Amino acid sequence: MSQGNALTLSGLKKNFGRAEIIRGVDLDVRDGERHVIIGPNGAGKSTLFNLISGRMEVSAGEIKLFGKPIHNTPPHKVNRMGLSRSFQVTNLFQNMTTMQNLRCALLWGMGHKYAFWKLVNKQQEVTERAEQLMEQLNLTHRRDVPAGLLTYAEQRALEIGTTIGSGARVLLLDEPTAGMSRSESDEVVELIRQVTKDCTLVMVEHDLGVVFNLADRISVLVYGEIIATDAPENIRSNKAVQEAYLGTEVH
Amino acid sequence: MSTVQQETLAGSKSAGNIWVKRAWPWLACLVIALLAPTVLSSGHDIHMLSSMAIMMVFALAYNMLLGNTGLLSFGHAVYFGFGAYIAMHALRWSNNAVLDGTGYGVPIELIPLVGGLAGLFFGIIFGSFSTKKAGVVFAMISLGVVGLVEASSLAFTGFFGGEAGLFGDREDVNSLLGIEYGRSLTVYYLMVFWLFVCALLMFLLRKTPLGWMANAVRDNPERAQFVGYNTTTVRFMQFSLSAFFAGVAGGMFVLVEEIVTDEAIGFLLSGEVLLAAYIGGIGFFFGPIVGAALVVYLESNLSSISDAWLLYFGILFITVVMFAPMGIVGIIYQQWFNFRSGGWKGTIPARLYCTVTALIGLLGFICIVEMAYHYLRSWNPSAPMTLFVTTVDTTTALPWLVSVAILLVGLGLMLFHARPMLRRAVEAAGGNK
Repeated sequence: MSQGNALTLSGLKKNFGRAEIIRGVDLDVRDGERHVIIGPNGAGKSTLFNLISGRMEVSAGEIKLFGKPIHNTPPHKVNRMGLSRSFQVTNLFQNMTTMQNLRCALLWGMGHKYAFWKLVNKQQEVTERAEQLMEQLNLTHRRDVPAGLLTYAEQRALEIGTTIGSGARVLLLDEPTAGMSRSESDEVVELIRQVTKDCTLVMVEHDLGVVFNLADRISVLVYGEIIATDAPENIRSNKAVQEAYLGTEVH
Repeated sequence: MSTVQQETLAGSKSAGNIWVKRAWPWLACLVIALLAPTVLSSGHDIHMLSSMAIMMVFALAYNMLLGNTGLLSFGHAVYFGFGAYIAMHALRWSNNAVLDGTGYGVPIELIPLVGGLAGLFFGIIFGSFSTKKAGVVFAMISLGVVGLVEASSLAFTGFFGGEAGLFGDREDVNSLLGIEYGRSLTVYYLMVFWLFVCALLMFLLRKTPLGWMANAVRDNPERAQFVGYNTTTVRFMQFSLSAFFAGVAGGMFVLVEEIVTDEAIGFLLSGEVLLAAYIGGIGFFFGPIVGAALVVYLESNLSSISDAWLLYFGILFITVVMFAPMGIVGIIYQQWFNFRSGGWKGTIPARLYCTVTALIGLLGFICIVEMAYHYLRSWNPSAPMTLFVTTVDTTTALPWLVSVAILLVGLGLMLFHARPMLRRAVEAAGGNK
């Protein structure tokens, strides 16, 4: 069974001092699915992402990526093992242009590592792949604009581009549509659909429209525990979920 | 259309043009460097030019840390110093080999390379633990390391030569090209060669994957990790390579001075290279080059004109840090850009006026400082003192009053008349600063 899982969390706990934020999470993310985690504010969604991506150390339990343990591994190693993440607050190389951001994201995955004997601009493959990505992100016309000067929606798109750039097979997206208008968020969802075709996607999202539109399966995280994991329609009709979370928002 | 296509298109049409565009600053610098000794031809001047070349390499190496990787080091002279000492040992060993007739030794042209390898070696050792963290931690460790090394330079006299330092002779060495390097002009051309080799390599380094990721780690270490890079490794590699070039500068220093003392490895030089890089502009490749030239020029000439030169030097640094953090090259670039886009239109008189009033204020300030130095430090304060074109007696009130008046008039005009005027002119011209 575990062969079909991209990501396995078992008995995962995280506490800051005496405050327990994640209180024993078990979760299987199947290979190739789009898995959305929902839950009220403060449920621990972002902490969960930080644990999976290596940004924080776990207090107990384990995380496996395609069967290999990745908990308490530094972020760059987790990334090299094929897991990449985006951030809730845009986290780019602000002074670099769109093109440069994408190239930076591509370098390691395309095997250039710490090379100091070859020029970045001479690497045709990197340039072509970056341009292809830029095309997908609809950012071609913003090629040489520093990331800090892009519009918010463009920055979010670039954030997604940077995340998929490394060629990771498992992507964690932390609220990719946060702070966007309806039409902007529709565009982003469409973008995510397109660029993550062959990947496993784990997403935190607040916008329930987006959630039910995109998700293959949904997990509901409440106070550091997952109270349900199921297909969207079953989640919608799940009593416990309705009480804990959806009841106030879905009519 | 993809830019690759554009690039290749442009390449096939006018490859020559692009090369000229890219290469002209380098060629201009090379011409200046080669012709400089015809204008500045005295022994003192040529020594100064050689020192500039050395400082340029060192400041460029330093900027690989500060500008490119965001690492503020207070102790980079350690690698310059170790480069210099080991290059000196290589030079002395080669001297002996030649004098005994027992061997060939290291050819003089390659002595800087020996220094570079020594810098690299010690860079790897000290960098392995000091680059674990950036920011304050790194700065503190660099301070600790330079303190440690400076203290040991007086303790281990066998290696460091104690207070007297170590001597070598650049004339009794073999040369790859069969050239005698007795004359300081010949050595200067060797310095120019090494300067251009190092500068070109450091320029290209910025464009490699490592150079890019150094910028990435400087701007956003967290994101750099999440695209697969170990920030410590990036810092460590930049640090080691920077130490290599600092060591080359140390090796060049040995050939020019033929003596190394603990000054080459201590706090003072570490601070000086920081000043040079910063004053020139750490955000620009050519910044440290300009900064190094200026710092060496001030050191070698201003110090013979005025006793207060260190004070001026300090004030220059503070001014740059406070009012022009992008450095001299940054200001020039900004103004040039401004000029080209028409931002100077209609504001030139106001700009000139502003500059002139500032200079008048500066003149008053210099008069006060010079007289104060004379009054406080001279054996006989009432002795006549030459100040620019006049001779004054610093024990009387008149010169002081005049100086203060000049300062106040200049400063007052600039702050309360010229600057508002410039602002109005700029606004009238379209708001471009």
